[in-house]
Amino acid sequence: MDRHITSVKNRRYLHPYFLAGLVPAGFFLVFYVYPLAGIFLKSFLPEGKLVLLPLDQIISSPRMMKIIWFTFWQAGISTLLTLVCAMPCAFVLSRYAFRGKRIIKTLASIPFVLPAVVVAAAFQACFGTRGFFFGVQINSPIALILLAHVFYNFSVMLRIISGFWSSLQGRIREAAMVLGASPWQVFLTITLPLLKPAIFAACSLVFIFCFSSFGIILILGGPTVSTIEAEIYRQAAHLFNLPLASFLSILQIGFTFALMWLYTSFTRRAVRFSPEGEQVNLKHPVCLWEKILIAGVVLFILLLCVVPLLALVTASLTHGGEWTVSFYTALFENTSDSIFYIPPFHAIKFSLLFAGTALLIALATGVCAALFIRFSDQKFSNRWTSLFDPIFMLPLSTSAVTLGFGIIITLDKPPLNLRTSIFLIPIAHALVGFPFVVRAILPALRSIPDHLADAASLLGASPLKIFRFIDLPLIAKSLVAGSVFAFTISLGEFGATIFTARPETPTIPVAIYRFLGQPGVMNYGQAMAISTILMIVTALSFVVIESFRIDSSEGF
Amino acid sequence: MKRTFFLIMISLMVVSFFACSENEQKKETAKNAAVDIPTITIMTHDSFSISKAVVSKFEEKLHARLVILKSGDAGEALNKAILSKNNPLADVFYGVDNTFLSRALKADMFVPYSPANLDAVDTALKLDPENRLVPVDFGDVCLNYDIKWFDAHQIPPPAMLEDLIKPLYKDLTVVENPATSSPGLAFLLATISRFGQDGYLEYWQKLKANNVLVTNGWKEAYWGKFTAASEGDRPIVVSYASSPAAEVFYAEKKPDKAPTGVVIENGSAFRQIEFAGILKGTPNLLLAQKAMDFLLSPSFQEDIPLQMFVFPSNKEAVLPKVFEKYAHITEAPALLDPQLIGTQRDAWIREWTDTLLQ
Repeated sequence: MDRHITSVKNRRYLHPYFLAGLVPAGFFLVFYVYPLAGIFLKSFLPEGKLVLLPLDQIISSPRMMKIIWFTFWQAGISTLLTLVCAMPCAFVLSRYAFRGKRIIKTLASIPFVLPAVVVAAAFQACFGTRGFFFGVQINSPIALILLAHVFYNFSVMLRIISGFWSSLQGRIREAAMVLGASPWQVFLTITLPLLKPAIFAACSLVFIFCFSSFGIILILGGPTVSTIEAEIYRQAAHLFNLPLASFLSILQIGFTFALMWLYTSFTRRAVRFSPEGEQVNLKHPVCLWEKILIAGVVLFILLLCVVPLLALVTASLTHGGEWTVSFYTALFENTSDSIFYIPPFHAIKFSLLFAGTALLIALATGVCAALFIRFSDQKFSNRWTSLFDPIFMLPLSTSAVTLGFGIIITLDKPPLNLRTSIFLIPIAHALVGFPFVVRAILPALRSIPDHLADAASLLGASPLKIFRFIDLPLIAKSLVAGSVFAFTISLGEFGATIFTARPETPTIPVAIYRFLGQPGVMNYGQAMAISTILMIVTALSFVVIESFRIDSSEGF
Repeated sequence: MKRTFFLIMISLMVVSFFACSENEQKKETAKNAAVDIPTITIMTHDSFSISKAVVSKFEEKLHARLVILKSGDAGEALNKAILSKNNPLADVFYGVDNTFLSRALKADMFVPYSPANLDAVDTALKLDPENRLVPVDFGDVCLNYDIKWFDAHQIPPPAMLEDLIKPLYKDLTVVENPATSSPGLAFLLATISRFGQDGYLEYWQKLKANNVLVTNGWKEAYWGKFTAASEGDRPIVVSYASSPAAEVFYAEKKPDKAPTGVVIENGSAFRQIEFAGILKGTPNLLLAQKAMDFLLSPSFQEDIPLQMFVFPSNKEAVLPKVFEKYAHITEAPALLDPQLIGTQRDAWIREWTDTLLQ
């Protein structure tokens, strides 16, 4: 009897889903834990002597406390604002079918890919002194930061919530209506509680994104405001105060971990329901107020996401008040014969190649991680299994400069002599993309009833077969949602901290930065032109990725 | 069907990616195998540039393949070099400036070497007597102003640092944060050189009262706030004395007159000198020395102006026309002892931050 139990227990460790966990674990250990451990050791134990934690420097410095407070404050407010903007839009997108819905959704996702310096230029054009946004002027750095965060993250919130919302069963709602509940009552007591998992998933992602926001803070916020991430960069890259930078990195990782752990333990207890297809619930607008509502939402998305993008397109097509394509034609000329000249098609090619590779790595590791997490949820009652989910989210909020320094001092010997390899680029991008994949497919995986797999396995299906024919089709749509974000993150990544700017493998963001590095009208115009190309490439990629989507929602 | 199509697309992309990089590696190995060509790596910052023609000359002369590793902005690149000093990423490091000189020398990671042509370099630029780091280029950080704006408003453009604190110039200036920007730091050093360690904070207080705007980096200041280059409302910006030449060179139709002017008299410009040196532990010491020779040779030195918009350190290098006409050399630039900068930099930045940003 005892022997039998042991063998069952051992078999759990040999199950393919458990072994799948080795893939993300290995990836994570080699490219995340090992470099970070290296740089932390180097910071706190240079030459074998312990440098005392600069804790007193932090607590005694009002500036540092202000930075920590501001980091939380701006992330919280940004998340709330994004939620407030996205909820009505998500309602309309999940309830109604109307023409141009896809285009609107695609347009709303483009900001996600733009480098911060380009967004700053767009905002300057919209809200600056000569701004063309109906005379509205915004000069307060904090207002600009919040606006930019909403601009960036709106689509994340919109996609996650509207996807989930559209799969809610209409029957419960209708039953409540029949029983005499007012629309508000239905929303507050039925829809909202059911939406909770999606709202919290979206908020946690957006919060972590804003929490570790870097470019936006440095560029739009200016020097009077700072976040932990921006301060780490300042301490590491300019003041070379490694102990303080490392300490702040650990602090940031700790905060994120605590937050994600709270979040995952919360979502485990969330209400479950069997999702329904989108088509079932979609309505065509009939009465006037429905049409007004849709028009209002479309107008809002256009104003929020599209007007700043149009400002960039306009800047790329005008010079001295006249329309011109000279900035685009100039992209094809190497004015200074520099070896760092980037032919536009090269930049597009390498951007897509890196993003494609990063996406594949993120998908492979992300799917394995999600399978492993679900498997250990089911088979192990130990508390430690609940730690994996939050751990896999950490790369999202880890300071890139700290990780970059870590890679330099650790991945420098064969067989891992990767610090100057081009493969490091997609790997680094995938590290940030794979939490999105995990976040996207885990709820879908968890909603698959156990008895499906049990039945299949009784009939003799191997675990791999079960994955291929049961799990994979059911998570396919969530997989696409995760892919969109993983791909976009890589496409927009400037990746200054890793050695990307080798002349042989340029990307579009690298080209943008190159143009903005020197004065001159042509440089600015070409930066705007190649930014416009980045937007077009992104939009087209979305169309390709989404064509893979079968039907129904992205259930996060 | 769609799914299969998508998967095929992605796989194709990745296969071609691997094929590309493999091809490149093959090309490299083929090249290496054919004549056994060694590689020489120069580690530098993101603003580095060199023309194709000069790279070919370099590779012909040295019989080596040149690899350039861009490693972030000036501070970041140096810190990466320091972190990897036990197992260096490159043979030569290019781009330590005089504000970081003492940090670089303290790290003890450069091999002394006096390249050919060092005699042709202005002695005022040579700051390391042991020649572990030798000057390759220099640029003067100073105020740039929008000529059109000042004409339109009938205000004389500023002539010296003291002008900026006059009521006439209220709300007109944007500068960079010295904690995050190297021209920002250079400009702070110009004010310290001009007003002394005791007087510079008072100057900055008055500048603050005159509503100076501070951004974190040069890009945000120049492309975001400077009237001559953006939708911004500040006609005075901290940039380089060679920026007007770039404005002309990168104009759509080459103008006769640069759109921007510079303030370089009366000690208002700080000279930023960039150094290069051989990294300790290079397996190719001889080759690295030849590379250093090349960096000071006329072919590379004459390439510097239009590639990086700074001046060559070799006095014998001939400047391009657009540079001679529109870039300005300061007769008497502000300079500070790098030793002093090394010991005081962090304190100055802290004091400046407390004065301006609190």
